[in-house]
Formats: sequence, structure tokens, C-alpha cells
Amino acid sequence: MRRLGLWAGLAAVMAWSLAPFVWQLLTSLKPVAELEALPPLLPGSPTLEHYRAILAGEPFGWLMLNSLVAAAGATALALVLGSLAGFALAKLRPPGRAATLAAVVTLSMLPPIATVSPLFLMVSATGLHDTLIALVLVYAGFALPLAVWLMTQFFRGVPDELYIAARVDGCSALGAFVRVMLPLATPGLVATGLLVFIFAWNEFLFALSLTASTAARTVPVGIALFPGLHEVPWGEIAAGSVLATAPVVLLAIAFQRRVLDGLTAGAVKG
Amino acid sequence: MKAARFESAPFLAPAAALLAVVTAVPMAYVVWLSLEVRTPFRAPAFVGLDNYLRLASDGRFWNALWNTAYFTAASVALELVLGLAVALAVARAGRTRALVYGAILVPWAIPTVVSARMWEWMYNPETGVLNYLLGARVNWLGDPTWALHAAIAMDVWKSTPFVALLLLAGLQGIPRDLYRAAATDGASAWTAFVRVTLPLLMPVILVAAVFRTIDALRVFDAVYVLTGGGPANGTETLSIYAYKVLFQTLDFGYGSALAVAMLAVAAAATLAYARLLREGAA
Repeated sequence: MRRLGLWAGLAAVMAWSLAPFVWQLLTSLKPVAELEALPPLLPGSPTLEHYRAILAGEPFGWLMLNSLVAAAGATALALVLGSLAGFALAKLRPPGRAATLAAVVTLSMLPPIATVSPLFLMVSATGLHDTLIALVLVYAGFALPLAVWLMTQFFRGVPDELYIAARVDGCSALGAFVRVMLPLATPGLVATGLLVFIFAWNEFLFALSLTASTAARTVPVGIALFPGLHEVPWGEIAAGSVLATAPVVLLAIAFQRRVLDGLTAGAVKG
Repeated sequence: MKAARFESAPFLAPAAALLAVVTAVPMAYVVWLSLEVRTPFRAPAFVGLDNYLRLASDGRFWNALWNTAYFTAASVALELVLGLAVALAVARAGRTRALVYGAILVPWAIPTVVSARMWEWMYNPETGVLNYLLGARVNWLGDPTWALHAAIAMDVWKSTPFVALLLLAGLQGIPRDLYRAAATDGASAWTAFVRVTLPLLMPVILVAAVFRTIDALRVFDAVYVLTGGGPANGTETLSIYAYKVLFQTLDFGYGSALAVAMLAVAAAATLAYARLLREGAA
């Protein structure tokens, strides 16, 4: 009886989590006529017309590419800078370590709206408005506190002896970092990279304020500003939603273990 | 340790440089902007605290502050309670656990803008699935009170998984022996929950509350895409009001003052929690 209650509870949790997205998926497959009435809940004659429409008529493919470049660029930059700093904080014992880590945590609390007006002026003044470079720099900067924090935690998990042995064998600090420490921290790099990539792929406020055209506009902005002169094109929005969601949800599920490591490292241990 | 000082500098410098450009300089710059009058077609001029005086008597600011506080309090409270319930259920799941993890990662990973569009479609008064399933004809997003609660429901859907995942990790850190000892002493499941689980989980609950509070206070995309702050500013949060003044009115002076107010609210919440965490640790 208790077993049954548990199963019912778990089924409810799964249904509640998945239902809205499943509904969006069904919506994206319904012909326009079927969108205007309920029932039936399921598409009577499923169609890919909405997917064809956004990929052909609208520049949705460009937006996907922009999102990919911005998110991948920010992830690479945050991983390089974050692992360098995390390694130093975990293994080189610089003075003021605790204060630095506290400052890093405080910076991660910064609300994006607080810096959007100066960043807009700075980006415009340097001619970077409506470029992916601006998005890569801003995303990497905003994700960096998290990356530094996580990489510090992961490098702490690598025994000091391995670092000292590498130095005794004649490696420089950088050599020991690249040849010994980084390979051992690969799971941490993957976890951190996933969180940064998902954050950057999903970001909206900066993408909305710092871009103006398909030159740099990302998928979330495209979905928020979906053209709808007379009627809201719900089918096309649903198709766009499915395409925008697929990469991050597939990544999160494929690398479930790593995502959970990243989400809980620091929060639970720290 | 003199060598270490020089040794670590080149490793820390690149991160420090990017953080300076993207966060520290803009933070100082936004405070400066908030002391200026900066509107289109006129030269910026320093006006001291004028923008803040205007803010103090701006009813729309206080409305936005109230909406932000209400949104945060309601969604964080619901997320903690539901997240705890989900975590307790999943912790007992055994082999199906990976499957459940996969499902609850979906709302967490989904772009917030997409989740707002999805819920907007479900809330649609004529063709929305919610009214169909409930047999109701509620104009969810057309009424100021309903709309704010509709936004809270969406946030609870999206963010409860994060809380549940943190609490699950915390639950795994509680030694099994304590439950065995409690059972030997004849404690009921409820007593074990109140006396063992809750106190030992409290630090993780606090951490989850901190993360969620900070995140909910700065809410922008979820509500902006769902309702645009309407109807009648009924869902306008601080971030949305600041964004509109900045990029729709192009009033960078007053908009920056609103942004600084948002910063102050976030800082106050962070300090309050830091104090709570320190007391908890002591």
C-alpha cells in the first residue's frame, strides 16, 4: 500500500515536470485549424508545417547558430579563465584566498539588470553592439564566478601530493596544471561547462538589450519577439520552442550525473 | 610564501580582468549614471540625488517593489515545500531514480523564455488547455491578481526541480544509522522526520532558499515574456520596470537609479541570509 502511494507520487512528479513540454510538442505538430479548438487533445493529422515555416520563412536557423556560437564561446572562455583561477585558489595558496572566494560568491548574486545600462553604453562605445563578441564576453563574465567557484571545489578534490610530485619532477606551475591537474579535473570541467553552456543558451536580458538584428540575435530573443502582426502564430512558437529546448534538455539528460555534480558541488559541500 | 604570491598572480589575473570589465566597472558606472539626467536628444548632466528623490515618490516603483517581494516570497516558499516533498519521494525511489532525475531536469534546463511561451499558451482563455481541463473560463493573464499568481505558478514549475535536487544531495548526506537508532527508540516516521531529517537538512534548505530568493528577486524573462508586466502593471517587477525605463523610454538616468535600487534589494537579501547562515553555523 505504501509502495503504491510512492509510485503514484513519483508518477505525479514526472507528469507535472513533463506535461507542459509535451503539450508544447503536441501543439507544434497540430495544423493551424486544430489549434483553435479543444478537444481533441492529440493532433488529428500531425504535420511538420510549423517547423518548415520557421526554418524557411524566418531566420530561425541563424538564431540557432548565433546561440550556439555565443554559448560555446562563453563556455570555452569561462572554462579557461575559471580553471586557471580555480587551480590557483585550490593549490597555490595565494594570500587572501578566503576573501577572494567570498568576493566571487558575492559577484554571482549580482542582478543582471543592475549592469545592463552601463554594459549597453560600453558595448555601443566600442562598436561591439549587435555582435556575438559582446555576448560571449558578457556571458563568460557573468558565468565566471560560478566557474571559479566550481573549479576551486573540483581542484580541491585532487590530492595535493599529485601536484607536489609534478613540481618535484621539474614541472612549472603551469606545466603541472596542464599535464597533471587538468586531466584529473575533467569531470569537473564537464560539469562546469554544462552549467555555463545551459546558462548562456538560455540567457535573455543581455541578448535582448545588446543585439539588434539577426547578426547576433539569439533563440530566446527570437521566441520572445516572434513576429505576430495579426494573430499570434502559436504553432510556429511551439515549433521554435521545441527546437530551442532540444539541445539543452538532451545535454542535461545525457550528462545527468555531471549536471547533478555541478548543481550540488559547493551548495552542499561548501 | 612570497613565491606563491607571484606564482598565483598570472593564474588569477585573466579572470580578474574579465570580472573587472564585465561586472566591477559596470557596477561603478551604473551608480554614476543614476546621478545623471540622461534622456535622448540632450547632453547628460549631473543632478545628484534627483533621480532617487523621484523614485521615492514614484508609485509605480513601489508597486514594482511590492510585486517583486510578493512574487519572491510566494514562489520561494512554495518551491521549498514542494521541493522537499519531491526530494523525500525521490530519495525512496530506488531503481527508477535515474528516470525521475531525467524528468525533473526538463523544467530546470528549459530556456525561461520558452517556459513563459508554453505557459502563456496553456493559460490562453479561449484555446488554452488549462481552462479546458478545469472546465473553466478564467482569463488567467488578463486579470491583475490572477496574472501575478499565474507567473508564480510558472516559476514554481520551473524552479522546484533545482530545490529538489539540492535537497536530495543533502538527504544523501544524512547517516542511515540515525534513522535506525530512531526506529529502535520507537520513533514514528513523523518524529524521525521532525527530529532527524529537518534539523540535519536545515543548512542545505537555507542554501536552497538563498539561491532561489536571489534568483526570484531579479526575475525578468519569465514575467516579461508571459505578461510584459501587465495587465495594469499588475505583474511589473523591479527588473521589468527598470528595463522599460531604460530601453523603451530611453531614460538612462532614472532607469539606472531603478537598477541601483534592484542592486540594493539583492544586496540586502544577501546580507540577511549571510547572517542567518553564520548563526546557523555557530
